Amino acid sequence: MTQQPVALNRTDKPAAVASATKMVIRGVSVYYKTFRAIKNVDLPVYENRITAFIGPSGCGKSTLLRTLNRMNDLIPGARVEGKVLLDGEDIYAAGQDVVDIRRRVGMVFQRPNPFPMSVYDNVAFGLRLLGIRQKSILDEVVERSLRAAALWEHVCDNLNQSGMALSGGQQQRLCIARAIAVEPEVILMDEPTSALDPIATLTIEDLLQTLKENFTIVIVTHNMQQAARISDYTAFLSMDDDRAGYLVEFGPTVELFTNPKEKLTEDYITGRFG
Amino acid sequence: MAAEVRRVSPPHCLSASSRLSFRSSFKRFSDLLMQPTSSSSWRKRLAYYFKHGDVLWWTLLTLSVGVVLVLVLWIAWQLWVQSAAARHAFGWQFIWPWAKPVWNPALDKFQAWPAIYGSLITAAIALVLAVPLAVGIAIFLSELAPEWLRAPLNYMVEMLAAIPSVVYGLWGIYVFLPLVVVPLGKALAPLGEIPGLGVFFRGPVPASGFSRLGAALVLVIMILPTIAAVSRDVLQAIPRSQREAALALGATRWETVWKVLLPYGQSGILGAIILGFGRAIGETMAVTMVIGNSAGGGYSILRPGYTMASIIANEFAEAVSEMHTAALIEIGLVLFVLTFLLNALARWLVVNKTIKRA
Amino acid sequence: MAPESIYAHVNLRRNYRRRKILNTVMLSLTGVTVALAVLPLVWITVYVLLKGGRYLNLALFIHLPAPMGTPGGGVLHAIEGSLVMVLLASLLAIPVALLAAFYLLARPNTAVAQAVRFSTDMLAGIPSIVVGLFGYAVIVVTQKHYSAFAGGVVLAIIMLPVVLRSAEEMLKLVPPEMREGALALGAPEWRAALRVVLPAAMEGIVTGVMLGIARAVGETAPLLFTALGNDHYEIGQIVRQGLHYHQSMGQILGQIFGQPADALPLTLWKYAQQPYQERVQLAWAVAFVLMLFALGLNIAARAWLAYRRRKLYG
Repeated sequence: MTQQPVALNRTDKPAAVASATKMVIRGVSVYYKTFRAIKNVDLPVYENRITAFIGPSGCGKSTLLRTLNRMNDLIPGARVEGKVLLDGEDIYAAGQDVVDIRRRVGMVFQRPNPFPMSVYDNVAFGLRLLGIRQKSILDEVVERSLRAAALWEHVCDNLNQSGMALSGGQQQRLCIARAIAVEPEVILMDEPTSALDPIATLTIEDLLQTLKENFTIVIVTHNMQQAARISDYTAFLSMDDDRAGYLVEFGPTVELFTNPKEKLTEDYITGRFG
Repeated sequence: MAAEVRRVSPPHCLSASSRLSFRSSFKRFSDLLMQPTSSSSWRKRLAYYFKHGDVLWWTLLTLSVGVVLVLVLWIAWQLWVQSAAARHAFGWQFIWPWAKPVWNPALDKFQAWPAIYGSLITAAIALVLAVPLAVGIAIFLSELAPEWLRAPLNYMVEMLAAIPSVVYGLWGIYVFLPLVVVPLGKALAPLGEIPGLGVFFRGPVPASGFSRLGAALVLVIMILPTIAAVSRDVLQAIPRSQREAALALGATRWETVWKVLLPYGQSGILGAIILGFGRAIGETMAVTMVIGNSAGGGYSILRPGYTMASIIANEFAEAVSEMHTAALIEIGLVLFVLTFLLNALARWLVVNKTIKRA
Repeated sequence: MAPESIYAHVNLRRNYRRRKILNTVMLSLTGVTVALAVLPLVWITVYVLLKGGRYLNLALFIHLPAPMGTPGGGVLHAIEGSLVMVLLASLLAIPVALLAAFYLLARPNTAVAQAVRFSTDMLAGIPSIVVGLFGYAVIVVTQKHYSAFAGGVVLAIIMLPVVLRSAEEMLKLVPPEMREGALALGAPEWRAALRVVLPAAMEGIVTGVMLGIARAVGETAPLLFTALGNDHYEIGQIVRQGLHYHQSMGQILGQIFGQPADALPLTLWKYAQQPYQERVQLAWAVAFVLMLFALGLNIAARAWLAYRRRKLYG
């Protein structure tokens, strides 16, 4: 089936303005035991911009995203080669503190995963880990984070309700609030809207535009239109014959969608493949 | 009856009918009965099922299910009936903690509190020691153990549960009591001097080591696998996303376990603990072999005593008078009711609140 | 003005140090708990195997116990008693457990099925000594004597939930299409169950039965006042005597099941507490046999299951 080329809903969207590089993925390959899931990806992540990873399913977008805060460490047999620089420092270098990296590079997951505790405790979770016990500070930061996640109006009259009791979209915004409460520098989002209905999806997309003023955002999406709508830079990944994911093209979103350099990218965004 | 009726559905829809509920197939059956024209054909069908054995099959299935369902009730009923003499003679005084403790087969006077106390105190001590160990094991098995270590360790936990109770008892008498319990008892004996709390530690611990403390410590080993295995299953049933959420916020692995996983699985782990409590109270042989079997002992954990199970095991075969037998069976009834309630609660906590939610 | 950062209130380095230490300490402690659990297991196993192995000899398996205070003798009576009672228990428990499991398979979500599962769990939780009281009340009291039969029945009640639970698990693993396929061909329900589903689940069910038998062989408490114990229980003797007096097969079987009988754990319990050194040694030897049997059966069952599972699911 042939689709119309993806329309950018904001045609006046300016080409991304240059910005400092927050993270650099340099020659990264990821192995699961002997299987190579990602091969040799080079990619910059710009500060206060939204970078989207798109590509056919199974091409390793999520795997690549998870290398950025070392969540792959959790999977037995997973191994990362190459470097991932955060502010110029390799997060995979010996002596790096994985706890500190994950605090600086937060993450929001595909399915909302609030803890089975109150909204307040959910947001305060990371703060309490950092040893903040003072009620006044906690109150202030919880409110600030919930406001930033556009959830405050919905929950302010009952912060003690269970986080699990919220609707799916609200749960996801709660997870965003929880992530931004500890003031990470980068927020990774792994298909954050794939489990949500269209209205909740729109709310979150709008939210991202305000969040990027303070945070650097990397988002994986299976939805090209979404990438086109919200991101400043897009990386298109694909799968090689040996099922290893690799980077096909990276560039400012507008350019990548309107004037792709690679044939494969063009095929993909016009719906001829994938 | 339900079974036979249900089978009487036309052959052509056999496979579909196996999914139908009883009500709808009953309707089908009655429809068949109503149709005057097909009266001969439903007879044929009925004959088919008789001839091909499904009626017999479902009768057997229903009977077996009936056996399973009836057994528990029957056991309860028998205990109730057979303990009638004791129940009528002693009433609630029999299990009342503040009644005068007496266990005198010669006079046919019985009061069960010392045995109930023995069960509760040994099980309680066993729990206090076993729970941290078991939860630690569960955490290690579900969260930390590398792949290659997991299977052998799981095996070992299962093995601990598979060793027959009498073997624990034998080992307890000849190895564990003299080597561990006697020295430990001596070390604890000075606590008997403390006013108030001292009643629990009034020594001396017998030279053989037979004591409530010995029973409690053997119980620790015996209930450890139960609590550990169920807690491990509870932890493993928690979705991975919970772990990821915590770690992505910069939690350490311990913080993930302590602040996220344990609260998430708390009701299931509580269920595991209650299950362990039930096991400890019902455990018979090993306890009988190391507790010293004495109706005295006051409240001290360093003295020999009885538990509900051990007093039955020790005295029942030699009980001569009808009242003695009835009293022991009434203890069995108390034991039954207590373990039934504990197990039902544990089952509800583990199955409904943890496994299903996850 | 940007709001104040939380890091104005946090001494990150100190915070990290504290949490890392806590993390290391607590994670190490969970390792210690595992070691603490493995320790008694190794201690018991090695001790029983070494000590019991020392008193192991052929006489143990072919002789009746020697009179009190004299050396030698064996526990043939207990071996035969265990055999008879566990055999009877298996004959009673396994068919009932399997049939009930088939019922659960056919009607998994009905109220009856829920009740059966609940009942099974409760049955498994009843202290075995209480099951013994039940056997006493129902069989010993009505027959007015202790017997191997009563012992077999209570062991069957102990085995039933173990076998039933594992059988249900195993039957559920059989793809429903197999059963439906057979039914669609016009096979009666029982034929589909016994000829198609049962063979497919056979190996798993066998392991469940093995676990149930391992449990029953090690049980003592329910036998205390059902089988009671009998130092002279010897099937060969009973049969010879029966033949001598021209008794029928039924009468001889009646003798075998009608007499009080001994069992390995029961013998262990009695001998362990006797003041005669020889008897205590026999107890250790019996412990060796029991331990080997229980652990062997358990390891074999679980290893087999794990092996099958790996084969099935890659």
